[in-house]
Amino acid sequence: MPDRLRDTATIFFREITPELRSPVSMFFTMGQPLLFLVLFGSMLVGADANLGAGTGDVWQWFVPGILVMMCLMGPLSAGHSMLSELNGGQLERLLVTPISRTSIIFGRTGKDTVTLFVQAILITAVAVPLGMELHLPGALATMGLLIVMAVGLSALSYVLAIASRPSGNLFWIVTQMLIFPIMLLSGILLPIDAGPGWLGTIAAINPITYVVDAARALFTGNLLEATVLHGLLAATAIAVIGLTLSTRAMKRGI
Amino acid sequence: MWMFTVPFWMLTVQIMSAEQMIRAESLRRTFKAGRKTIEAVRDVSFDVAAGELVALLGPNGAGKSTTLRMLTTLLPPTAGSVHIAGFEAAREPRRVREAIGYVGQKNSSGENHRIRDELVTQGRCYGLRARDARRRADEVLESLGISGLAARTPGTLSGGQRRRVDIALGLVHSPRVLFLDEPSAGLDPRSRAGLWEQIQLLRREYGITILLTTHYLDEADQMAERIVIVDRGEVIANGTADALKADLAGDWMRVTTSDAGAARAAAGLAGRMTGISEIAIDGSTVHARIAAADAALPGYLRLLDQDSITVTRAGVRRPSLDDVFINLTGRRLEESGDAHETTADQPIGATHA
Ligand SMILES: Nc1ncnc2c1ncn2[C@@H]1O[C@H](COP(=O)(O)OP(=O)(O)O)[C@@H](O)[C@H]1O
Ligand SMILES: [Mg+2]
Repeated sequence: MPDRLRDTATIFFREITPELRSPVSMFFTMGQPLLFLVLFGSMLVGADANLGAGTGDVWQWFVPGILVMMCLMGPLSAGHSMLSELNGGQLERLLVTPISRTSIIFGRTGKDTVTLFVQAILITAVAVPLGMELHLPGALATMGLLIVMAVGLSALSYVLAIASRPSGNLFWIVTQMLIFPIMLLSGILLPIDAGPGWLGTIAAINPITYVVDAARALFTGNLLEATVLHGLLAATAIAVIGLTLSTRAMKRGI
Repeated sequence: MWMFTVPFWMLTVQIMSAEQMIRAESLRRTFKAGRKTIEAVRDVSFDVAAGELVALLGPNGAGKSTTLRMLTTLLPPTAGSVHIAGFEAAREPRRVREAIGYVGQKNSSGENHRIRDELVTQGRCYGLRARDARRRADEVLESLGISGLAARTPGTLSGGQRRRVDIALGLVHSPRVLFLDEPSAGLDPRSRAGLWEQIQLLRREYGITILLTTHYLDEADQMAERIVIVDRGEVIANGTADALKADLAGDWMRVTTSDAGAARAAAGLAGRMTGISEIAIDGSTVHARIAAADAALPGYLRLLDQDSITVTRAGVRRPSLDDVFINLTGRRLEESGDAHETTADQPIGATHA
């Protein structure tokens, strides 16, 4: 077991080193969420939308959505880089060493999660001067919830990358077809209630919806709502499924 | 500058040098592609003794890479078994992985990673402590003459430099056995020569067992101690370059006479010599295949002289490995590549370097 821990740390540090060497790149990959935050968010505020869960703070409604959006985009690019290392010789080079197979997934997922955590803190920090009222314990609880989901999503994107070899087509088809519907149908950018009934039905089977709702509740400091429990269950389910599938894929051999 | 410290296993290598370091037994590997089954490797068996340098030679698509991937635990064989340094790959993959270094056909350093970082990671993957991994990284960089590239990313390197980095990655843990898949593919002649110098040096200094694949005939001919020729997933020949040429092709004597009539008479005389296996007439020139043609030619010339046949020109030709391959398969090796040879295998993520 300590071997596996050590191997996971080895992969984690391999993946995080380029980020540490040029921290600016991490900021650039945040471009889209930042843009959404500043432009879209300001518009929502300007339109005087009635979005907050009673509190009336549009930022507190919008920022958790952007954080979830990052948790969807981050794993996407992580899976993409895994795919290119699978097709190049990089992964093979690691697999020929005695390193534990699953540590390759755990190490990478760990790095993705740390990156997302740092980005989430940055987004939150940017939102405060824009006018968001920060509820610190609530914000931290939100991050905790999102980390659980991010672990699962990044593991799932690795499973998808492995299954897509060698062409990578499957990866693109699935991600292109899934990411945007998932994003729109989880109420990240606009409230689902505003749409027709069938939209609400689809949103109700989208696990991300529950995470978004939970994140919003937590963000305003409502730590003990049923929504939070549902979101936590959804995030945990995603994490368990992701880690189980990815571990199995690695053990079966690439 | 060679600065490897002598690893402990060097001592054991001496003791077990009589043993087979690599043993491939009846290897077979099929792939499913839709409803069709591709037989990438059909029947491959060979041994490599400790300290030997053996080349797997064959056209593109012959199954060389697939064989290497089975030997290095990357791919489970459909049938057959692999033993490396006495360990069975299917049962003790970890022991095998600890003993071997592998340099794949593609580049193995990550696009966003610095060369030295990758080498340290590789050392850590082999269980070296952080300090030892860093020391070994610097040692292999130095020994391959690429210390200056330590802080660069692969995207900024030339083909030859990248290949050296790949080899450095395969050497970090001082393996006893090194597998190289097309180490010199795509390199210009100078880089190839440099690479070969490094490989020869590795052998001389550390007695590493090396199995490499190539589809360059001259390379296999000049560099390998022994050549295993594979074609369509099967071993079709196995021996030293000289033995293969002598046994499977034979030398050619060539004698040019005054006219076609004299050539026919000369061919008749050649037919009476012992050891001649094949005769061809081309205008006024006679080609006759015989072992050790340089020793046989003087006798042939005496025979021709006794029959008053005028000889204007005479010579011998050692066959090339190409002749060997043609003799075995009826095809030229360098033209018999698979239609679907990988050309554009740019990794998808190569752009965000
Ligand atoms: N993963 C795979 N899936 C399907 N076919 C494969 C796979 N790997 C290799 N092949 C096929 O097996 C044959 C042998 O390939 P390979 O071992 O790469 O040959 P070589 O290295 O001698 O050029 C080729 O026809 C190749 O297309
Ligand atoms: Mg090959």
